Amino acid sequence: MLEITGLHVVFGGLHAINDLDFTVDEGEIVAVIGPNGAGKTTFFNAISGMVKPTEGQIAFEGRSLLGLDPNKITSRGIARTFQNVRLFANMTVLENVMVSQHCRTGQRMVDALLQTRRFRTEEEQVRARGKEVLGFFGTRLTGYRFDQPASVLSYANRRRLEIARAMATSPKLILLDEPVAGMNPVESAELTGLIGKLRDEMGYTIVLIEHDMSVVRDISDRVVVLDHGEAIARGTYAEVSANPQVIEAYLGQSAKGS
Amino acid sequence: MTVTGDFPTTQGTSADAASRRRLLDQDWQKLVRAGGILALGQVFIALSGMPVNFDRRLLIDPILSLGYLSLIWLPLVVSYWVGREQVLEGMTAYARGGRDVLAGAIAGALGNAGLTLLVVGITHFDIRDPLVNWSPQLLAILHFEESVWLGAVIWPVIGAATGALGGGMHCASTRITRTAVIAGLTVFGAAVLESVITDLSQGFHIEAVSDWLYGPKRGLTYPAAIVVAVAAIAVMAGIWAYRDSAMRAGLVGSRQSPAAPGESDRSRTVWRRFISRRLLGYALVIAAVVVLPLFLGRLTNELLANVGLFILLALGLNIIVGLAGILDLGYVAFFAVGGYSVAVLTSPGSPRFSPEMPWFGALFIAMLLAGLVGLFIGAPVIRMRGDYLAVVTLGFGEIIRILLLSDWLSGTFNGAQGITNIPGVEVFGLATVRGFEPRSVLYLVLFFCAIAIYVSWRLENSRIGRAWMAVREDETVAEVMGVDTVSAKLMAFVTGAVLGSFSGAILSAKVGSVFPHSFAIIVSIVILVVVIFGGMGNIPGVIAGAVVLIGVLGGPNQPGLLQEFAEYKILIYGALLVWMMLQRSEGLIPSVRRAQELHIDEMNQDAWLRAQAEADDATGGGGGNSSEGEQP
Repeated sequence: MLEITGLHVVFGGLHAINDLDFTVDEGEIVAVIGPNGAGKTTFFNAISGMVKPTEGQIAFEGRSLLGLDPNKITSRGIARTFQNVRLFANMTVLENVMVSQHCRTGQRMVDALLQTRRFRTEEEQVRARGKEVLGFFGTRLTGYRFDQPASVLSYANRRRLEIARAMATSPKLILLDEPVAGMNPVESAELTGLIGKLRDEMGYTIVLIEHDMSVVRDISDRVVVLDHGEAIARGTYAEVSANPQVIEAYLGQSAKGS
Repeated sequence: MTVTGDFPTTQGTSADAASRRRLLDQDWQKLVRAGGILALGQVFIALSGMPVNFDRRLLIDPILSLGYLSLIWLPLVVSYWVGREQVLEGMTAYARGGRDVLAGAIAGALGNAGLTLLVVGITHFDIRDPLVNWSPQLLAILHFEESVWLGAVIWPVIGAATGALGGGMHCASTRITRTAVIAGLTVFGAAVLESVITDLSQGFHIEAVSDWLYGPKRGLTYPAAIVVAVAAIAVMAGIWAYRDSAMRAGLVGSRQSPAAPGESDRSRTVWRRFISRRLLGYALVIAAVVVLPLFLGRLTNELLANVGLFILLALGLNIIVGLAGILDLGYVAFFAVGGYSVAVLTSPGSPRFSPEMPWFGALFIAMLLAGLVGLFIGAPVIRMRGDYLAVVTLGFGEIIRILLLSDWLSGTFNGAQGITNIPGVEVFGLATVRGFEPRSVLYLVLFFCAIAIYVSWRLENSRIGRAWMAVREDETVAEVMGVDTVSAKLMAFVTGAVLGSFSGAILSAKVGSVFPHSFAIIVSIVILVVVIFGGMGNIPGVIAGAVVLIGVLGGPNQPGLLQEFAEYKILIYGALLVWMMLQRSEGLIPSVRRAQELHIDEMNQDAWLRAQAEADDATGGGGGNSSEGEQP
């Protein structure tokens, strides 16, 4: 589904991503792990078009994504969340998931001005679809929450809303950047279950960055370990966690000496 | 103007004797600070020229001129402020009394000592060169055309008296202070708005009222001032009495409410549901807006037409700044495009190209041109953000004005001479709108305001409106969430440009001529101030901002209600803006979103309570553990 070959991202003298090959097949959950500064988020930024790759090829469903604006990439079917939650804080919860359906809707300004039938049915659909994705998280984001500004939400709910907002773009592939960061163990276990449901029931393919190894162990089919912008290991969680190079990357040089 | 306390200040009667403080137990540091601020303020007002310029304008015929008032109001406000104290809930406030009066008097006297220094300074030094108002005229006002010694002594005495009054306001009950303040403001308003009230009374054919109210020098006569004050006090007393009785009735009513409602009551509730109070309110406002111009005089209609032009401009800018969050400092460009297109297309005096089209046809082309200019200006600036964008739009605003003024295009736009002889608006053979009939202009403006309000309202709640808001909140994320930010921002520019061109088109038909200098940068700034002052992103707020600023103070080239202050308009704009940013940064009428943000705690509490209630309902009161009642 997503095929990346020979990807390089260079910022000035810093090689953030160095000759990375990466593929995701439909229906997979792939985890990207690595120590801080390994280039994980840059990798996501390159896929979603926020950073222009210096070299290499990114193809989604057989067609290149290079040179497209981020909104075009989203309309091709790739959605993402952000590590440091970035909601539209002064818009309501429902508006957050309505606005992200922008690329799936086509009403014109004239429709809104004349209140045409097309406008009304589409608004109705957008609203219904928004409520549907919010309903995925139980009652936490529904009911009276619909009309609350996103800034009011608790931290965990903001993370959930970010995922709902990504779902509302009707993607095929979702990139989750540390979805459970800052959550307590109960919340994180619950969200892990929901990420599994996203794949099993909703049919999304998922790539996630995560530091919480219990989450990675529980849901990922494959794990890719990045360090200094290079993939140093690939395989199942069990294979990767036994890899001495990975242990070194996480624990540092001194581990080798001892 | 007196700021009534933001904080609850409790009155003397509610505190016990133990908390009474001694007369000299003052917060001296605070007093000295207030005195210093007051002194600077008074000297600034004196040197700004207000006392001299306003001296001839009598407010109350023999005794008080606007000039002296400008030197008296500040001690009142500052000394009131000195006495303000925050009382936490559950704490006992100390008894108000002589100490507050003394504090006010000290602050007032200290502050007005600044004027004493000024009197002495003016008599001994001459620095008229940089300070234009360092003049004998100012000195004459300051020492009442008597001796310097009198001038030097009397100002601290006046300061102590007014300060004692200001501080003493804390001793009286809130109702008495409020009534006094409102009575004072009413008298001031009645005196300052002399021209408008005369105009109104002519419109309603009750000239006798204004003749009786005002003396030959435009001030209120002595008895009139007393009558106005008494009337204001009576109205206030009536309001208090009504509130008391309503409150008592409310208590009684709630006790009786379980009784079965009669048949007539039920039909009334159905009727009420049908026509909600809000709808009724809107209908009344619309009816008033449509009917009132028929009764208003020339002056008031003219003024309202100017307000309407700025409402149009502000609504247009509101789409760009308030909704899409693009800080455009060159909005006047679109105003100019609208004005000049109509001028060139309709006027027979247009130098090169003069098709003498009817106004509505010209308006259509003006809209198209403004949209194009919006695209043209928008395209290069759209990739910039924040400060850079603001500076570039500022530049484009000036470029348009300088092009209109240039020799290169003077063949078409006639340079600094501008285009004159612009005919009025023929409304399909039914009526003609001309500048010398302000009422017809007002109706035309109202019609376009209605269009602009409708457009803003509909677009705000649509796909493009949500996209604008997302761009305002976080442009990068909006882009990643599939919003085509470039086209959304361009659309904001184009929509704002078209609304601005309406205003320009009406202006040129109203005035009958256009000149490049009417489209100076100050117009952009004033429109932006209107939007910020009224409340960004909120239609009623923007309208209120235009009514208050343009209606009361006047636009950059238009007089307002307070024509006396025309010279100090920009100064007052600035002061208001600073005060607004400090005290009420969300604007006069904030949008619901901003208000929600500011009251987050209360909202959270309500939400939590509601969630609890729902959880109880869902489980039948059997403990709500299943329904994830996560407390925000």
